[in-house]
Amino acid sequence: MRRRLLATGVLFVFAAASGGCRGAQSALNPHGPEARELAWLFWFFLAILAAVWFAVVAALLFALIRRRFPVREHSMTRIVGALVGATAIILLVLTGLSYRTQSQLYGQEVTAPVTIHLTGHQWWWEIEYESSNPSQTFTTANEIHVPLNRQIRLKLTSSDVIHSFWVPTVFGKMDLIPGVKNEIRFTVDKPGVLRGQCAEFCGFQHAHMSLLLIAEDPATFAKWRNSQLRSRLPPASSEGEKIFLGKPCATCHTIRGTPAGGRFGPDLTHFGSRKTIAAGTLLLTRGAIAGWIVDPQSTKPGANMPAVDLTPQETLALTDYLEGLR
Amino acid sequence: MNANDKDRPRDNELAGRELEERLARTWGTPRGILGALSTVDHKIVGRRYIVTAFVFLCLAGLSAVVMRAQLAVPGNTLVGPDRYNQLFTMHGTTMMFLFAVPVMEAFAVYLVPLMVGTRNIAFPRLNAFSYWVYLFGGLLLWVAFMLNIGPDVGWFAYVPLSGPEYSPGKRADIWAQMITFTEVSALAVAVEIIVTVLKQRAPGMTLDRIPLFVWAMLVTSFLIIFAMPAVMIASTMLILDRLVGTHMFNPAEGGDALLWQHLFWFFGHPEVYIIFLPATGMVSMIVATFAQREVFGYLALVLALIAVGFLSFGLWVHHMFATGLPQLGASLFTASSMMIAIPNGLQIFCWIATLWDGRPRYTTSLLFVLGFIVTFVIGGLSGVLVASVPLDTQVHDTYFVVAHFHYVLIGGAVFPLLGGVYYWFPKITGRLLSERIGKWHFWLAFVSFNVAFFPMHILGLEGMPRRVYTYQAEMGWGNLNLIVTLGSFAFFLSFVLFLCNCIYSLRRGLVAGPNPWNASSLEWATSSPPPPQNFTLIPVVRSRDPLWSSPEGLPAATGLSVDRRELIVSTVVDAEPDLREASPDPSIWPLAAAGATGIAFVASIFTPWAVVWGGIIVGILFIGWFWPKSEKEDK
Repeated sequence: MRRRLLATGVLFVFAAASGGCRGAQSALNPHGPEARELAWLFWFFLAILAAVWFAVVAALLFALIRRRFPVREHSMTRIVGALVGATAIILLVLTGLSYRTQSQLYGQEVTAPVTIHLTGHQWWWEIEYESSNPSQTFTTANEIHVPLNRQIRLKLTSSDVIHSFWVPTVFGKMDLIPGVKNEIRFTVDKPGVLRGQCAEFCGFQHAHMSLLLIAEDPATFAKWRNSQLRSRLPPASSEGEKIFLGKPCATCHTIRGTPAGGRFGPDLTHFGSRKTIAAGTLLLTRGAIAGWIVDPQSTKPGANMPAVDLTPQETLALTDYLEGLR
Repeated sequence: MNANDKDRPRDNELAGRELEERLARTWGTPRGILGALSTVDHKIVGRRYIVTAFVFLCLAGLSAVVMRAQLAVPGNTLVGPDRYNQLFTMHGTTMMFLFAVPVMEAFAVYLVPLMVGTRNIAFPRLNAFSYWVYLFGGLLLWVAFMLNIGPDVGWFAYVPLSGPEYSPGKRADIWAQMITFTEVSALAVAVEIIVTVLKQRAPGMTLDRIPLFVWAMLVTSFLIIFAMPAVMIASTMLILDRLVGTHMFNPAEGGDALLWQHLFWFFGHPEVYIIFLPATGMVSMIVATFAQREVFGYLALVLALIAVGFLSFGLWVHHMFATGLPQLGASLFTASSMMIAIPNGLQIFCWIATLWDGRPRYTTSLLFVLGFIVTFVIGGLSGVLVASVPLDTQVHDTYFVVAHFHYVLIGGAVFPLLGGVYYWFPKITGRLLSERIGKWHFWLAFVSFNVAFFPMHILGLEGMPRRVYTYQAEMGWGNLNLIVTLGSFAFFLSFVLFLCNCIYSLRRGLVAGPNPWNASSLEWATSSPPPPQNFTLIPVVRSRDPLWSSPEGLPAATGLSVDRRELIVSTVVDAEPDLREASPDPSIWPLAAAGATGIAFVASIFTPWAVVWGGIIVGILFIGWFWPKSEKEDK
C-alpha cells in the first residue's frame, strides 16, 4: 500500500511536469496488475536514477566552482573507490527488483484463461479465439475484446515478417515472429478502449498497424462473443453482397455464411461491429468505408488492398452492405 | 664508413634545417593528382577520412531534419512511407557505418602515430586502401539513395523483411553490400592501429605510459576485429539468401529468422562501444590538458576500457528482450548490461576527480567535455533502465529508446568528438578554431540537443513507436513532436555554425604553434601541422606526460636513415628499440585494388560470378601491390 502511495505521488509530480501522459496507449496508465507492476518498477527506477544523476552533476559542479578545496590523492582514491562500490550496490538492487518483476510477469500460472491466437500480417492483426469446442472458435481482426478480471493468454505468431504486439496499458511488448510461437499472459481490471500498435518495423505501413483492446465486463463480453460466433445475418438487400462476391473482394476476405472464403485479408463477417477500419487507420463510418474501398492507396499507401473498379452506385451498395455486417 | 654509407646519411650525421628538409623530402607526398592519389602519409589519409566522415554526418543529419519535419505535426504528408523508410534507414546506416565508426578511426589514423612518436602508421598502403574502400562504400549507398533505390529496411535490416520475399528489388542488397565495404575498411584500420600501438611506440613508452586515447583505440581495434566479422557473415548470408536462393533465414525451409538478430547484435552492441571508447579516450586527454594535471586514476581508466571491451560482448541479447527468448537467459543479460555501468561509472568518477584537483580552463573543448558528462550520464542511466527485461518490454522500439541512444551516441560520442575537434584542429591545420564562435556553438548545441531529445523519453512512454512515418492527431503526441522538431532544427544549425567556424578559422584563426594548450602528449612535441616525417628526431619517452616532465625538450633516438623511409620497431611491453624497419613509399596500387574491389562488390549485387572474376582481378592487383623491390634490405 505504501508502495502504491509512493508511486502515485511520483506519478502526480511527473504528470504535472510533463503536462500529463495519460492515454489509451500510455505505459504509465496501467489497466491491469501486470501493467501496474511495470509502471511501479519504472517509477522506482526513475527515482533512483534521477537521484544518481543529480549527485553526479552536483559533484561535477562542485569540482568546477570550488575555490581551493584540495582533496589529497590518497583520499580521492578512497572516495572514487567508495563511489564505485555504491554504484555496484545500486545496480545490484535494481537488478534484483527487475528480476522479481520479470518472474512475476512471465512465471504466471495458467488459470482458465481466455486464449487468443494473434497472427501478424502486413499490416493488420488476425485474431482467433480458441476453444476446446471447435464450434466455439471464431476469427476476427484488429479488435480484441476481453472480459475483465480474467486471465488472457495471447499466443503470438506471424504469417510474414516480424511484428510486435504492444498494448502498453496492459503488458509489455512481445514479438510475432514467423516460425516462432510466443505467449504472454495478463489480466485487465479496469474497463476501457485501449490501443496498441505494432512496435517492430514491418515495412511500408508499419505506422498504420494498430489494434484496439476493449476490456468489458464478463456479461458484455459474453454477448459480444456470441454475436461473433454466428455467421453474417442475411442483408436487407442482396445487391451489396452480390457485388462483394462478384468482384475481387471475395478472393481475399471471408464473410461467414457466404461463399466468400479468402484468407489473405481480414475476416469481415462482423465488420460493421468494429470501431475502426484498416487496422486502426480510420474510424468506421460510411464515408471512411466508401473512401477505403474506392482508393485504399491514398489512405494507406502500399497496403495490400487494391482499388476495386466500382461505379458510384455499386460503391454505395457495397458500403451499405459492409456497414450492415454487425 | 664506405661510399655507399655516405650516400645514405643517418639522422645523427646531419642537423638542423638540412636534416629537416631531407627528411621531409623522403617522407613527403609527390605533387600533382597522381601524388595525391597515391599518398600513404597517415596525416593526409587521416584528414581525408575525417572530412569524408563529416560530409556523411551532414548528409545523415539532413535526412534526420527531413524526418523531423515530417513528424512535426500529426498526419503530415511531406514525405510518404516509401521515402520516410529510406530516410531513417539512410540516417541510421550512415551515422553508424559511415560517420561514427570511421570518424573515430580517422582521428586514430591521424593521431595515434603522432601520439606514440613514430613516422607513419603501420601498413600505410593498407591504410590508403581502406580509405578508398570506405569512400566507395559510402558513395554506393548515397548514389543508390539519389536514384531512389536506397535501402528501406532499417539500419538493422531484420529478416524476413529484408529477405527476398518481402524486399524485392536491389534495395536491401545495397545495404548489405555497403556493410561489406565499410567492414573491410574498418577491419583494415583496426589491424593498422594495433600494430602501430604495439610495435611502433617511441623508445621508452612502456605500456603504462601510453596516452589514454591510444589505449582506447587499441581496445576499440580489438573490439572491431572480434565484432565486425559477425555482421559481415550475417550480411553475406543475407546476400546469399537473396541472390542464390539459400534459406539461411527462411523458417519455412528450416532457416531461422532470429539467427539474424543474434548475429547482428553480437556485432551491434560492441559497435556502440567501438564508437564510445575512442570518445572516452578523447575525454581523458582533454580533461588532463585543461585541468593541467595528469589524469586521475590512469590505471583504473585503462582497466575500465578493457573491462568495457570484454563486457560489451555479453550484452547483445538486451536488444532482443521482446523476442520471447527463455526468461532465465534474458535475465542474465540484464545482469551483464547492468554490470557494464560499473566501469563506465568509474571513468566518470575519475574525470570528475581530475577536474576537482586541477585548475580547469574553460575552453570550448572542455565545455564540450562537461556537456558530455551531463548528457552522457542521462543516457547511461536510461541505459540501466532499458537493461531491465520487464522495463525494456515497455520502452523497446519506442521513442524512449530513440532518446536513450541519442543521449549515449551524441552526448557520449559526438560531444567529446567536437571537443576533440576544437582540441586537435590546431595540430591538424596549424590554426586555432575561434573560441568566440566556439562558445556559441557549444551552448547552441547543448541546449538544442536537450530540447530535441529529452521530450522523446516522454513520447516513448506515451506509446509512440519508432520508425513510424506519421501518427494520428488523437494520440496527443503533436505538441511534444513539434518541440522535438524545433529542437532538432536548432541542433542542425549548431553544426552549420561549427562548419562556419572551421572555414573561418582555417583562414583567419590564430596561428597555433606546436603546443597551444600546454598539453603533455607527444603529438604536441612537433610543429602544427606536423611535417611529413612527423618528428625530425624520434623522441624518447621517460614518463607518462613527457612534455610536462621534460619542458626543456625531449631526448631523441637517432640512427635512422635520412633518405629512406625508416622507422623504429620497438618491443611490445617495454618499447625497447628493436629494429629499423622500412616503411612503404607512396603507391597507386592501393587505389587500383580498392577500385577493383569496389567494382567486384557492386557487381556481386547482381551476379555471383562477380565474386569469382573480381577475386581474380583483385588478386592480380594485389600481386602488383606487393611485388618485391630489387633494393637490398637494410640490416
